[in-house]
Amino acid sequence: MNALARGAVTIAGVLAAWQIFVWVSGVAPFMLPGPWAVTTTWFDHIGYLTEHAAITGAEILLGLGLGTGVGVISALAIISFAPARRWLMPALVVSQAVPVFALAPLLVLWLGYGMASKVTMAALIIYFPVATAFLDGLRRTEPGWLDLAETMTGGKRPFAVLWHIRMPAALPGLASGLRVGAAVAPIGAVVGEWVGSGAGLGYVMLHANGRMQTDLMFAALATLAVLALGTYFSVDWGLRRLIPWQIETAPSDRQTSGG
Amino acid sequence: MLDPTASPRVSPRASGLGVRVSRGQLAFGGTPVFAELGLDCAPGSFTYILGSSGVGKSSLLRMIAGLVPNSKGAIVASDGKPLSGRIAYMDQRDLLLPWLGALDNVMVGARLRGQSQDRERAAALMAQVGLSGQHHKLPNQLSGGMRQRVALARTLMEDRPVVLMDEPFSAVDALTRMKLQELSARLLAGRTVILVTHDPMEAARLGQCIHVLSGSPATLDDGLYPAGSGPRDLADPVVTDLHRTLLGKLEVAIS
Repeated sequence: MNALARGAVTIAGVLAAWQIFVWVSGVAPFMLPGPWAVTTTWFDHIGYLTEHAAITGAEILLGLGLGTGVGVISALAIISFAPARRWLMPALVVSQAVPVFALAPLLVLWLGYGMASKVTMAALIIYFPVATAFLDGLRRTEPGWLDLAETMTGGKRPFAVLWHIRMPAALPGLASGLRVGAAVAPIGAVVGEWVGSGAGLGYVMLHANGRMQTDLMFAALATLAVLALGTYFSVDWGLRRLIPWQIETAPSDRQTSGG
Repeated sequence: MLDPTASPRVSPRASGLGVRVSRGQLAFGGTPVFAELGLDCAPGSFTYILGSSGVGKSSLLRMIAGLVPNSKGAIVASDGKPLSGRIAYMDQRDLLLPWLGALDNVMVGARLRGQSQDRERAAALMAQVGLSGQHHKLPNQLSGGMRQRVALARTLMEDRPVVLMDEPFSAVDALTRMKLQELSARLLAGRTVILVTHDPMEAARLGQCIHVLSGSPATLDDGLYPAGSGPRDLADPVVTDLHRTLLGKLEVAIS
């Protein structure tokens, strides 16, 4: 059975257990609506949900782009310039030591209720994994390649070595950081929306919760899950296309292929 | 070169440069690897440095390549100028960049120096090492022996008068290794080549000057200078004699 089929079976099992629990226990719909009720609500509000999902999706993508851009530039600056190493490294660590969620109210205060505060939130949350993963990759270049480049250039072209050897060699590292970033970016956007907003799936959830529309809340949550999975798998697919030379192995591969 | 189909290996500036190391000193963490090391390689010769594992063969080669920053002593070419920029280095690993195709790997030096890439010359070298149809293959699509041949073409592409080789082809099987050694001996003829190895048979077949590195701190012996140049036939009495002598020297060095 392939991965997709296994995933579908697992989800169907969870949904069936959920529906049976709702029927048997007779729990009030405003406490826990069944999956069937959530599905009908989702179709009733499909226009409303897609409109807000588009906003959250845009926040996630812009945040990913901004966080990745700043993260990549930071890592390159740290590897290339000693002063940047001294000044940026502490900033990098502090950016992760301060809980980003605690900054959300401040960001809304400074940047307003619009998309800017949510994009910044998502960017902040992915900056650290992207910057550190890329930096680790840049630092772990195969020493033999650097020796070879040294004899070829006489050590006179450090930026050519960075561009042609260190950076491509660090792409698998950057990819690991981006995968983590793609998985956590939706959290940043939604937390930003919870703190203060007039649009987005986080806003829909908060609004529906306040009016006891628990079924609508679940429908928004399901939409967010689809959005987050879509982001993650698109990024993962794109990265595999970009780095075809990377060989992936896992201990279990040998057992299954050998048997 | 006007005719791209002509053999690209012989160029006027690629021959006739000797290498002299005098009073070479190197220490790792306070332990001396060499104290007073001297080496003299005649222009256009194949010099083998033979020694057991861990004696410092690779360190000596890396020192000549200018890859060891804390070494002392003089390493000069026979024209009195430093060697920097006039050597090509080949490691026992192929060190191909996994994201570049075979032909791009051959031309990587020009890419790093920001020079225009001579595709015709690179293609001619690929043909010489027997890889004409493999220009766009990524390293992980090639066998170990093919990757070593790409590495050899990359070394030749650099067109340097001095070539340093650290146990080249030691990672491939015995038959492939022998063929690659003969191929490289043929293609590198005319250049000053310094090779390190732990295999006395290889040195006996291909060396024009063979030194044994031994001791701690390590020193080089006076060297053997067999007549003629390699590759010599395995049944050649010169080879069997040299092989026996070198094994004896290695045994003395260890005890």
